[in-house]
Amino acid sequence: MNLSMKWLKDYVDIAPDAKDFSEKMTMSGSKVEGWETEGAEIKNVVVGKVLSVVPHQNSDHLVVCQVEVGQDAPVQIVTGASNVVPGAMVPVALDGSTLPGGVKIKKGKLRGEVSNGMMCSLGELGLTQGDFPYAIEDGIFLLEEECVPGQDIKEVLGLDDTSVEFEITSNRPDCLSVLGLAREAAATYHVPLKWNPPVVKGSGDNIENYLKVKVDAPDLCPRYMARVVKNVKIGPSPRWMRERLRASGVRPINNLVDITNYVMLELGQPLHAFDLRYIEGNSITVRRAREAETIVTLDGVERTLNPNMLVISDTAKAVAVAGVMGGEYSGIMEDTQTVVFESACFNGPSVRLTAKALGMRTDASARYEKGLRSESCPESLERMCQLVEELGCGEVVDGVIDVDNADHTPDTVKLEVEWINKFLGIDLSREEMVNTLESLGFALEGDTIIAPYYRIDIHHKADIAEEVARIYGYDKIPTSVMSGIARGEVTPYQQFERTLGQTMLSLGCSEIMTYSFISPKYYDNINLPADHPLRGSVVISNPLGEDTSIMRTTTLPSMMETLARNYNNRNPWFWCYEIGREYHPVEGQPLPDERKQLTIGLYGNEADFYTVKGMAQTLLDVLRIREVEFLPCTDHPTFHAGRCAVLEKDGVQIGILGEVCPKVLGNYRIGVRVYLAKLDCAALYAAQKEEMIYHPLPKYPASTRDLSLVCDNALPIAQVEKAIRAGAGKILEKLELFDVYRGDQVGKDQKSVSYSLVLRKADGTLTDQDCDNAVAKALKKLEEIGVSLRQ
Amino acid sequence: MKEALEQIRTQALSAIAQAENSRAVEDIKVKFLGKKGELTSFLKQMGKLSAEERPVIGQLANQIRSELEQAIAAAQQQLKEKQLQEQIQAETLDVTMPGRKFDLGKKHPLTLVMDEIKEIFLGMGFDVVDGPEVELDYYNFEALNIPKNHPARDTQDTFYITENTLLRTQTSPVQIRTMEQRKPPIRVISPGRVYRSDALDATHSPVFHQIEGLVVDKNITMSDLKGTLELFIKKLYGEDSVVRFRPHHFPFTEPSAETDVMCFACHGKGCRLCKGEGWIEILGAGMVHPKVLENCGIDPEEYSGFAFGMGLERVVMRRFGIDDIRLFFENDKRFLEQF
Repeated sequence: MNLSMKWLKDYVDIAPDAKDFSEKMTMSGSKVEGWETEGAEIKNVVVGKVLSVVPHQNSDHLVVCQVEVGQDAPVQIVTGASNVVPGAMVPVALDGSTLPGGVKIKKGKLRGEVSNGMMCSLGELGLTQGDFPYAIEDGIFLLEEECVPGQDIKEVLGLDDTSVEFEITSNRPDCLSVLGLAREAAATYHVPLKWNPPVVKGSGDNIENYLKVKVDAPDLCPRYMARVVKNVKIGPSPRWMRERLRASGVRPINNLVDITNYVMLELGQPLHAFDLRYIEGNSITVRRAREAETIVTLDGVERTLNPNMLVISDTAKAVAVAGVMGGEYSGIMEDTQTVVFESACFNGPSVRLTAKALGMRTDASARYEKGLRSESCPESLERMCQLVEELGCGEVVDGVIDVDNADHTPDTVKLEVEWINKFLGIDLSREEMVNTLESLGFALEGDTIIAPYYRIDIHHKADIAEEVARIYGYDKIPTSVMSGIARGEVTPYQQFERTLGQTMLSLGCSEIMTYSFISPKYYDNINLPADHPLRGSVVISNPLGEDTSIMRTTTLPSMMETLARNYNNRNPWFWCYEIGREYHPVEGQPLPDERKQLTIGLYGNEADFYTVKGMAQTLLDVLRIREVEFLPCTDHPTFHAGRCAVLEKDGVQIGILGEVCPKVLGNYRIGVRVYLAKLDCAALYAAQKEEMIYHPLPKYPASTRDLSLVCDNALPIAQVEKAIRAGAGKILEKLELFDVYRGDQVGKDQKSVSYSLVLRKADGTLTDQDCDNAVAKALKKLEEIGVSLRQ
Repeated sequence: MKEALEQIRTQALSAIAQAENSRAVEDIKVKFLGKKGELTSFLKQMGKLSAEERPVIGQLANQIRSELEQAIAAAQQQLKEKQLQEQIQAETLDVTMPGRKFDLGKKHPLTLVMDEIKEIFLGMGFDVVDGPEVELDYYNFEALNIPKNHPARDTQDTFYITENTLLRTQTSPVQIRTMEQRKPPIRVISPGRVYRSDALDATHSPVFHQIEGLVVDKNITMSDLKGTLELFIKKLYGEDSVVRFRPHHFPFTEPSAETDVMCFACHGKGCRLCKGEGWIEILGAGMVHPKVLENCGIDPEEYSGFAFGMGLERVVMRRFGIDDIRLFFENDKRFLEQF
């Protein structure tokens, strides 16, 4: 909403500068986004009187003019315009002047002739023909205003208004008007509002001779009012009206159209003017559109309607989409003679849906959407007619059509002074509160507050508290510290997640954040078969694009995207992790199961399978999750079938890790090996049972035995270790694999594995016998699975 | 006799002075003071001396012995010192050469600041709660006093799943879920992801983060709201921050406020950072609307409360001078390494 300060001053006696006004209005609830002084960019442009015009000697299309600009001597200006004649008054941008759009004018030579500035067109001054209808668009602006040479052009053209831009919240559609903001300004500055209800003289005759109105859909049109103006004289509106429209950001068109726009800006009520000629049968019916009914709207587009939409129709066809836009052939034209002014109240949600469905949000629809009250119809209609009479552009026919099915019960709230004071933490008297409310247009009957019709947002005592608070000033409300009990606890789960993050950082992985929505194609990229259950995702019905159209059921493609991007950006290596959600649809439930995953992704910096496995092991160790089995996994489509393991704890899968399948790497165009791990946070958290307990430091020395073993190449190392642990028993403190060898020294399809065993007793010194026994038992267990001591 | 002793002394001292390493000193010690050393041998001949001479010579011999012992110790000390110096000299490194590299991971900048904000609120007695991102229309809108066709729905371009499920556009639904599950006193914050169908550009992302806060208790006033949020902002931006509260509108709070902090760059004069306004909008807040309390089964006559919400990305962008929101979700290593 752009507010003309000149216009505002019609209704409130204040003369603040724009900054003070902006601050005070913002603090009382009408947020100012900024302000602009008209013609601020125009400097050193004055009125010039053309004294002579002679052809340029070296040019066919240039002329050399002597122009009187209020200085001691006339100045010479060269121009290519053909409409300059001696005696004309023109705007002259002198040497060193500026024009809108940052244009700077300096003196120079044009084909050898000195030119001391420039004569300006409408466009060069940031104006249009709408602002000065007598001027032409392509030529110098020949002034018809009262003026003298040397006078500042801004003064002559009325370019001295300040336009203040407001951000109006959706609960205050009444402030989308000059009067609404004037009312706020009056309350803010504690001055009275100057507003006189419009009075129309009329010219006799009777509206019934011209028009009949019928409302078939009172649910969508609670009130429809109309008046008729005859003997209309279409022409430009007066300069003051054009200036105000311009300052409000509306282009002047002609007097009748300008009046509808002017009153809409002034009072906030959308209004429409029809040419009676095109209303067949002189009869208006407000009805639901028929299925597939069409209308060509003012913008020349044919629109297809449906019965959820409301139209204004004559006996033959729809002439307007109610509250949205008029039809092409019913608007005001140069030769219009009789005009119907419409001032109606339409159902907000219906207008909103219609505008949305037709893809045409207009100034009118935007206002109706917010919920206008039927009580604003008569005043706006009368105001239009008053202006018609003032401007002398037509005769207002007596009589008003008013089809009124609206409920006029005002909103009321009980005034609870004590409650408001307590709620806000202030101490105002009843009188102070009442004064504030009255200044905003509220009335009081005893303790009952009656909201003015234009306030759609008053239903509860909290709403009254806000009115009181904002006019009193939020800044005057004291600050206090809350009393009462407060815990401020970090839950065990939150602590667990912190530990996860901290551990990953210490392991050298940086945290990443990826989008939770992905493209269905991402499942192809990670090689999921067409019938894979993970393809059943939560689907966004109105996505921005395919890339962000479904909620991921796996974090793997997000991680792969990130790694691919880093690889493409030529980062030589990248280790990272994300703690993020997956969204798994649940049969019979409206909401999916949102499962948090720790996803690890590595490439480069010597990462290999055992790097990512080591990270998982370290993580399990930090979380004190023991006895997790790493089992070979050969059937996960994303992973290398020979380099992938699932993590199982007590038979439950808690994660997966491994090298990415070369085919998937190809899909992402990554030229290096990539390692991934995905661990389910809830499963990890549930597995984390062990308490942290101190174990006494050993008192007795340890013995070390090394074992070099030979076994079948295919035998998983985990089984070898299991056998050693089972055999050596509890004196085995530590078991460490230090070498694996395949080659000539051992048989084909065999491998040699070497372990170091640290043996220790908690309650005494180990004897050689103890150690020998333990090793012997271990070897026996190993023998059972075909592992022998290497000779 | 005496002369012979003096001669031993002179010889020994001269030898000590010339010794070049501790081995040589050790040899001298053996040569003169050892069991078969010259001084020891000399003392063995003491028996041949007269009774008058014996104490005099004995005293002299002991004196020399002690003197030599001291000289040897001093020489050894000195040589050790010298050896140490030589070792240090030999081992001198070019300390300007780079140190060993440790590749620690870096926290995402959003987490960095989010953690800071969480810590502040934990310290103020708030718990941290969580809620689903795919949410029911009821929690995201209806229960928050935003019925279907409410104009406020237009300003939050919503991603819908079905007519009744959507991607939450704000963290506020967690308010409702919290009030349904907990009885007052309630003091929680709820940080998390929210979604709006804004096309991705330098300043908009369809996914971003909010931090929601909610307090419900007996006798909670708008003064408490002001006091609490002012304290928070001062902890986040420094004690000298200037905070202002101005009226605004949210369907789920009444009265509602926008909370601004005076621009750090221009101190209220207006500059590029604050787009000429002198103030930077930090959070939206307000007293919980009585209808919202009622929707959650809390009696608004007995309890009152306040709620607030802030966007994380803008705070982080201003903090680190980041000019493109997309960087947060692109996760380029060179970006992440800077924090």
